[in-house]
Formats: sequence, structure tokens, C-alpha cells
Amino acid sequence: MIKPRIENPRLPRNELGRSRRAYEGGMSTLCAGCGHDSITAAIVQACFELSLPPQSLAKLSGIGCSSKTTAYFVSGAHGFNAVHGRMPAIAAGASAANRQLKYLGVSGDGDSLSIGLGQMGHAIRRNVDMLYILENNGVYGLTKGQFSASADIGSKSKRGEANTHPPIDPVLLSLALGATFVARSFSGDKEQLVPLIKAGLSHQGFALIDVLSPCVTFNDHEGSTKSYAYVRGHQQVPVAADYVEARKEITVSYAEGESVSVEMHDGSRLLLRKLDRDYDPTDRARALAYVQERAARNEHVTGLIYVGEGRRNFHERHQTPEEPLNALPYSRLCPGAGRLAEIVAGYR
Amino acid sequence: MPELTTTPAGVNDFVVKFANVNGTGSASANSLIMKSIFRMGVPVVGKNFFPSNIQGLPTWYEIRVTGEGWIARSGQVDLMVAMNAETYARDIAEVSPGGYLLYDSSWPRPALLSRDDVTVIGVPLAQLCSENFEGARARILMKNIMYAGVLAALLGLDPEVMRSLLGESFARKPALVDANMKAIGLGYDYAIEHFDCPLPLRVEKLDRTRGHFMMDGNTAAALGCLYAGATVGAWYPITPSTSLMDAFRTFCARNRVDPETGRHDYLIIQAEDELAAIGAVIGASWNGARAFTPTSGPGISLMNEFIGLAYYAEVPAVLFDVQRVGPSTGMPTRTQQCDLISCAYASHGDTRHVLLFPADPEECFYMAVQAFDLAERLQTPVFVLLDLDIGMNDWMVPDLEWDDAYQPDRGKLLTADMLEKIDKFQRYVDVDGDGIPWRTIPGVGEKGAYFTRGSGHNQFGNYTEDSAEYKELVDRLLRKFRTAAGMVPEPVVIRRAGARGAIVSIGSCDGAVREALALLNRQGVPLDYMRVRGFPFGEQVEAFLAEHETIFVVEQNRDAQLRSLLTLETAVDKRKLHSILHYSGFPVSSDFVVHGVNEAFAKGEAA
Repeated sequence: MIKPRIENPRLPRNELGRSRRAYEGGMSTLCAGCGHDSITAAIVQACFELSLPPQSLAKLSGIGCSSKTTAYFVSGAHGFNAVHGRMPAIAAGASAANRQLKYLGVSGDGDSLSIGLGQMGHAIRRNVDMLYILENNGVYGLTKGQFSASADIGSKSKRGEANTHPPIDPVLLSLALGATFVARSFSGDKEQLVPLIKAGLSHQGFALIDVLSPCVTFNDHEGSTKSYAYVRGHQQVPVAADYVEARKEITVSYAEGESVSVEMHDGSRLLLRKLDRDYDPTDRARALAYVQERAARNEHVTGLIYVGEGRRNFHERHQTPEEPLNALPYSRLCPGAGRLAEIVAGYR
Repeated sequence: MPELTTTPAGVNDFVVKFANVNGTGSASANSLIMKSIFRMGVPVVGKNFFPSNIQGLPTWYEIRVTGEGWIARSGQVDLMVAMNAETYARDIAEVSPGGYLLYDSSWPRPALLSRDDVTVIGVPLAQLCSENFEGARARILMKNIMYAGVLAALLGLDPEVMRSLLGESFARKPALVDANMKAIGLGYDYAIEHFDCPLPLRVEKLDRTRGHFMMDGNTAAALGCLYAGATVGAWYPITPSTSLMDAFRTFCARNRVDPETGRHDYLIIQAEDELAAIGAVIGASWNGARAFTPTSGPGISLMNEFIGLAYYAEVPAVLFDVQRVGPSTGMPTRTQQCDLISCAYASHGDTRHVLLFPADPEECFYMAVQAFDLAERLQTPVFVLLDLDIGMNDWMVPDLEWDDAYQPDRGKLLTADMLEKIDKFQRYVDVDGDGIPWRTIPGVGEKGAYFTRGSGHNQFGNYTEDSAEYKELVDRLLRKFRTAAGMVPEPVVIRRAGARGAIVSIGSCDGAVREALALLNRQGVPLDYMRVRGFPFGEQVEAFLAEHETIFVVEQNRDAQLRSLLTLETAVDKRKLHSILHYSGFPVSSDFVVHGVNEAFAKGEAA
């Protein structure tokens, strides 16, 4: 479906002189009230606030409700809706070809935690430079309500059956696999989500944001641990994150010991306000323990959970040049006829 | 086509087969012998028959010395170098009447004397090694090099050529040259002292390898990838394709690394599986890099879903399928041409793919380059179908040529400047009527942005479930496939006066078929020949089939996959096509083809 493209001249503009509308995409075909649409709106807001040139973004996804959403934002960016669970491989290849674009992958709990678990794990291992948003609702929507691998034990389906298998928690998994940026958020909390998306897009390396995103049609009932009501009532936020762009002053001030400032690779900063004084989002082991403890109490830890700038990313490990490989002149790639004769002579 | 010349029986025309235990260093000794013969100007054919194992199982290596320059196995064994006691029985049985068997007589084996038509030559290799070398490992390795010395005497190989080859192999460890030469000398002297050297089977210097070199097809294909300007390779290790990526990595390390900055103008992804490997290739190609994956049949099976996506969403990709024996895990170190159908129609739904069929390492090089051009021109996956025989055996290859004027053909790719000049970009509209639309790569600008998807889409790239829009798009894909038939390499056709029929074949069967054609001609059975080199089949294939009433289809699989493709994709009457099928896992020999043709005529199956 095509949206009208007429803009109100009074809409706020970003540094590129673009309004928020420049970051929108096609009309969503998801159910009214779907958490995923709120995430789409947060992505639009984050890209707008970052003044991102639309063509500098590449949108990647797999298959499922969540994966459809890459068509609903930034229509000026190329998008690739791949096959089920295989978006991370597309991302690794795309990143290999051009390290200068920003890669935003959108996936779901079925796409990432069942069929695509291996690929997500290996994207983390490679530290592919991308923001990976996992829109997590605990159910398969398009096939009408089966439990997904992220459903909690005891969580009830719409028909009343209780889930018997323990969940795979993408936050715990990515922490264990060495992800360099790990966050969880809630589709209903745009204030928390927008700065996390901005930080995730600025992060060098693999950034995961697991976004609890209730499925209004199949998983928003009493007894579900991924309903709007449940998530609102069971959030535990150890750290509030604010994203400050490279050129901007930090204007808020916090009491000593209550905040941490993390400098991102591109010069921007993450201002982290500790809501739990003992929490340290740069300590991977503590972060793991914290999330596990809260999970045992049926609480969802949200906010920025771990950030570790500085680990070498995919391209640094492969020693590729700053220029994208897809833009290298052929003369630099082909050794020529003279060299071929030498190579052949080595095989006589 | 080599000229048929007459040489005294045995001189520059015989087969030596080595029976070894794998993991004992025999490969170096065998390759030293083959290279020595090659450097003496005498054409050779080398075939490695190895197990899917690291150490301790039987392994064979066969060298055909062919002054006439044939390129296939003959089907004979004239000298067996029997270095594996476990396989003595089958090894002696394989020797042709009048042939020879060389074995390690440190432990005499009367059983080897069972055939009175074979001359047995015993050399106490282990004993000589024990007397002259220290350490168990050195003794095993030197035993193999020592038989190279024995053969030098028996076959008249030039010890100086051997020394210079060893010098090149051990350029960084000169001490090893002396140790190896000592072993060669011991073997050589023993043979000269005890036997009447050289044998009637022997090598005499010629000048027929000038302008040639020895290379396997995987290495040649990797060289093609380098020259085609491929920058991204993604793969999952699988026999027999692994050495393709190994070679690409080596070529890149030597030719694509900036000596000052250490910067790599390439990126190789060792993927977690074949699904990810092809995914990374598609991601990189979608993003404008030339990308490829080498794999084998099991990998193609795993890649099927992604291959369908690339076909339907029209993303270039280059796949090298180094075929091995299937089904399932099959026999990973044996050769076959068994993935023709699975590649031609890979993935669910209506899909058909572009395939290239190199016959030898030379074609691997050129077709690798061509595959990247075709993949970009046609915006679709292109498969290069090698097999283990081409990919992993060293072949005598004519010197490769390169035109420095070559530029990669990126096909219908809209640059930012070109986008400026057009009104609107529409991804899947058939502007030119050849079924091939224009594409853009990410980052080119907002005007060029589009959405790539494997779900139903219309010519503008938008999601659709509309029947008319769906059909319009898939019908155009069919037009594109027809366009491809005129772009893939034409068949090689050889005609003979008074031909009684024809042979149609493919890939690595070529050498055996060419030799068989010459032998059959001498027997009064002249036949025409067509080797298909690309799929979809073009007009020339159709015309050749129409023109012949008796056609033998020679291929290396059980189910006559080439014959099936010909019947499905051309107008040929399938009753005209007689299969000659070789699927033992070893490369087909000329004998086998001659026998197949003669038998069909004798039984009246072919007229």
C-alpha cells in the first residue's frame, strides 16, 4: 500500500533538512495494536533524530510478522526480506561488500531463536557491524498462535494450554556468545527504545535489542508473560540510557556514582543513569547473573544491559580497507596478464 | 586433439599405479615422479584415488604416461607399485598381462608370485631405510621417496630433474633436499645393480609439454575468481571443493594484500554451514560485490532454499559444485557427475538455473570468469559444475591467456549518474524486452531504493498476491532463461566423415570420449561428437541432436541425468539417445566408452 507523500511544511526538520516523513515506509499490514508497529515508529524516530541519509541504511530481515516491518520504514533505503532465519548470513555478506552502510536487521523470536538460532549466534561471533532488533512476542503469529522458543514456562496460549519448555532468552544467549551491545526494551516504551536504537546504530559491531512486543491477536491475554499488561507490570530497569550525539553537549547532570558515560566509536556517547546502584553495564558476567536472577523472579530486565566498545569487529578482523570492497577499482583487483604468466610458470 | 603417432610399445605409453597407505607422505613421492616425467617433455595424466580418511587407509595414485598426449585414463595398469600389504591381492590382480609389480621385499611375499604373466620386482625398501635413516617417521617417509629412486632407474627418469624439483619443493629447508636425494640415490643404485634397467616401459625425453603446466581444476577456478575480480568468498569446508577456497585465499594473500598497510582487498567468510555460505554470497552480490561459494552436492542440497530466493528476487551468485559420489554423504572422495538435475532445477517452485560445464582445469579458469559475467548480466545464480576428477587431480593444462583489456561485465546496473537521468526506477520492469530488468545496489541513492523479497512481487518490486502480476513476473523470468541460452558457452562439436552416429557428453568425460572416438574410428566406427558446455541448451545443441539418428550419451552417473535434461529441455526424440553410464566413482576411461559403443551396436540397440 502506498502512503501519500505530501508533507506539512511546518513539520520539524533534522540536520539534513528532512522531516520525520522521509524516514517512513509503506503502510503496515500488521494487526491494529501490534507491538511491532510501535517499534517501527521508534526506528523512524531514531533515524530522523540521527539525521541519517536514507540511502546510507540497508534494511534486512528474515520471515515472519516482524520481518515484514522493514518495508514499513525508511523507504529511501534498500531492503532485503530474505528467507526464514537467514537474515544474519545476508547481513554478513552485505557488510563484507560494503562496510560503510549501516545495517539494520529486524527479526522475530521464531526467526532468530528457532530456525535461525545458529545464524544469529554466528553473526554475534563474527561481530558483524549491525543493529539486530529482535521483535519478541513469544508466539508464531502468521501460523496462528503456536508457542515460540522464547515463551516462558507456564505461559498460557490463547486456548489455555501452558507452555512446558523453558525459553531461550536472546539476551542471555548473546551475552554468553560475546555480543558487544545487548539491550532489551518494550515496544510500549518509546522513551526507552529510541535512544537504544540510536546507540545500537552507532555501535561498532553487533548490537542486539530484544524488544518485547506483544502480539495483540495471539498473545495478549491473561496468563501470557508477553502481554502488554504483564510486561508493564514486570519490568526491571537497572540502567536508563540516553544517547548523546557526537556534536552535542551533555546537558543533564547526575549525582556522582549514579551515572556512567560510555564513548561510542563514532564519538557519540551513551549516558547511563543507574537505577540500581550495584549494576555495572560494562561487566558482562554481572550482567548475565543479574538477568538470570530477575528471570527466576519472572521479571523482564529492560534497558541497556551490556555495552563493551572496543572489541574488534568483522572488518577489523579481516583487515579490509576503509573503502567498500564493492567500490574497489577492477585494476586493483586483477593482477593482469604478466602476473598470470608468472603464476602459471610456478606450476610447471 | 593429439595426433596419433606410433611409438615402440612401452616407451612413453604406459600406466604406473601406486598402492599406498594414506598419511605416509606417498603423495609427495608420486607427484615428484609425475612432475619429473612432465619436465622431461612427456605428457602425463595423474589420478588420485584416495579415501575419506586422514591416516591409515588404502590410497592409490595412477600416472598414465602418454607421449600421444591423451588426457584420460586408459583402463590399463602396466606397473603396480604395491606399497600396501593389505591390498596386495587386488593390486596384483589389476596388473595387465605382461606388466610389472614392484613391492617392498624386506618381507618376502610368495603370494605376489601367483601370476606368471606379471614380472615381480622386489626391493627391500624398509630394510634399506632402517640401515640408512634414523627415526620411525623419517623411515616411513623415506621409504616412499626411495621407490621414486627405484622408478627413476626402472623407467629412465632423469635424476637431475628430480633434484631440481626437490630443490623447489624444499626451497626453505635445503637439508631435506639432501636427505631426499640420499633416499632416491639408494633406490636408484639398488635397482641398477639388481635389475636390467630401464624396463621396456620407460620414459624417453620428448618436447610435448612445452607451453603447458600442471594444475588441478579447483586451483584454476580459484585463479579465475581472482581474475574476475571477486572480492567476497563464503564457504563451508567440504570435500572435494575445499581446495578451491584454499587456493583463492593463497592467490589473494599473494596478489591482493597491500604490502605497506597489510590491507586485504578481499574477504573470505568461513560460514557455519552451507546455508549461511550461500546467504553471505547473496548478501554480498546484492550489495554489488562479486561473490562466490565452492561446494559439493550435499552443500547444494542445503543451499536450495536460498538458491530459489536468488532466482526469484534476481540476485547474482556464483556457485562452484565440485561433484562427488552421492546420494547422501555418499563417497566423498570419489568422482561423479550426479548433480546435473539437482543444480538445473534447484529449489522449490518453478526454477531453472544457468549451468556451465568445464571439461578440464583450463576451462575452469575461463568459465569461472564467465560465470561472474553471466551472473551479473542475467542477475541470477550461475553454477559451475566441476567434479572431483577435474577439481582435485593435476591436469596438463595449456598456458592460460589473459586479455588486459578485459573489464567485468556488470550487466544492467544503474549508477547514481544514470539514475539522475531517468524519471523513475522500477526494479523488475522489462525495459529492453530480453527479460532482464535493471538493478541498483544499496547506497546508490534514494531514487534507486527498492525492496528485495522472495515473496510474491510485481514488476515494481512491491508485494503482491495478484495472479496477473505474479504471472507477468514469472513469465518474464522464463524469457530471461531463454535469453540465457544464447549467452552460455556453445557446445564443442567435432565431425567425422561418414559418421555412423554421434556421442554427446559433458565435463570430465571429454578426454575419455575423445580417445574413444579415435580408437573407434580406427576400428571402422566413425562417430561425430558434441560436448555440451552450458545450460540452458542453445540452438546448436538442438540442431546437433536433430541431425543424428543414433546418439550415445556418455556421462558419469547412474540415472542418465544429462540424457534426462536433453529430453526435458530439447525437442529430441528420447528413443535416439543411448546411455553409456559410468558411475563407479573413478574417472571414466576410454576403454569403457569404446566398449559401451561396440556393445550397443552388437546388441542392435543402436543402429
